[in-house]
Amino acid sequence: MAVGELDRAMQFLAKLPGLGPRSARRAILHLMKRRDSLMLPLAEALAAAARSVRPCTTCGNLDTVDPCGICSDPRRDPQAICVVEDVADVWALERAVAFKGRYHVIGGVLSALDGIGPGDLNVDGLVLRAADPAVNEVILAMNATVDGQTTAHYLADRLASTGVKVSRLAHGVPVGGELDYLDDGTLAQALRARQAL
Amino acid sequence: MVDWTDEGIVLAAKAHGEGSAIVVLLTRDHGRHAGLVRGAFSGRARGVYQPGNRVTAEWRARLADHLGNYTCELGHGHAAAVLDDPLKLAGLSAACAIAEASLPEREPHPQVHDGLVALLDAMAEPELGDAWIAVYVRWEIGVLADLGYGLDLESCAATGANDDLAYVSPRTGRAVSLAAGEPYRDRLLSLPRFLIGRGGGDQDDLFRGLALSGFFMERHVFATHGRQPPPARTRFVERFARDATVSGGGLSI
Repeated sequence: MAVGELDRAMQFLAKLPGLGPRSARRAILHLMKRRDSLMLPLAEALAAAARSVRPCTTCGNLDTVDPCGICSDPRRDPQAICVVEDVADVWALERAVAFKGRYHVIGGVLSALDGIGPGDLNVDGLVLRAADPAVNEVILAMNATVDGQTTAHYLADRLASTGVKVSRLAHGVPVGGELDYLDDGTLAQALRARQAL
Repeated sequence: MVDWTDEGIVLAAKAHGEGSAIVVLLTRDHGRHAGLVRGAFSGRARGVYQPGNRVTAEWRARLADHLGNYTCELGHGHAAAVLDDPLKLAGLSAACAIAEASLPEREPHPQVHDGLVALLDAMAEPELGDAWIAVYVRWEIGVLADLGYGLDLESCAATGANDDLAYVSPRTGRAVSLAAGEPYRDRLLSLPRFLIGRGGGDQDDLFRGLALSGFFMERHVFATHGRQPPPARTRFVERFARDATVSGGGLSI
């Protein structure tokens, strides 16, 4: 049986995504075996992150400075804003190294099931940013789900008054995907969005 | 062990734990029925559990009143087909939300299921234009009928005549002829012509249809339980009204 402090640490670890009580127990034992090389640095890193990382008041990304590193980077294209649901999507797009503009995290999608309405999303901030004459395109990078695309259409409506160009990511055959394994809806979507070669 | 296989339409999928989801289907023979799907939000399976998709579902549980587990195979991906069309996407979301919020759990409503399949098929036909909205209105009226709140649009409640029907009584849900209803027109609902087989189906008529079915849905299905209609339906009607205003110069109801 674990002593009080370990038990408490295990209870916290077990609340993390991907971990349950059993894996939390393994993780804490692993950390105890590497107290100096892993456990203490991890505790310090977590404490430092909790102290200093905050959402950017401009875009909603997480960073230790406000505005965040992306918003304040003069090399980023100020003409394009890529709208994403969550900070994880910013990180995914940054990994792809395909977008050099700036981001806007709206913090979720419209969902009747989860009771998320327009008022729960950071939409007003987006409309305000899009109205800036320096911005000429807003890319809606929402997930290709019913809720994601419902949100994208809603945002497109809200952005219409700004006169900015609104685009969205393409839907269709993924890289490495085989037609035989795709569902008919995705195939139809890919056909509709075909491009000339 | 209890198990069955049925045709179903995905109404909702709520994340449960890491990758699993509690999926609610409108099945043909087992009604609105929930079940756990392990790995529902994993890469390949995620697209299956989008509202409006038709699936063949196998449900299995130790006891009949348990939540149970679903194994689903995609039949037709209706959701992907309407992602580009904001009005159809709003209509699909509204229909799924209405079915999810109005139908009792585990009570078969095969006609509602078949009607929803017909609606999804109508949405997939581009040459039908906005006619799928008439199918939507008929489907909602069918839901009302299945729940015991059917409208009587066959003959006039006042005169018994079955010609020149123009209104619906908000109190009884019965049709009223133009002549009999004229003195009370401010208190009656407009009867869309497409519901009595007299043509119609233009945007004004479709909007009257949505207003009619929406009124009785709200009164009989939601208000009696102290609830509001699903926001998805409200957004659908608002979008239709806005699109019609933009393209047709305004609705006159």
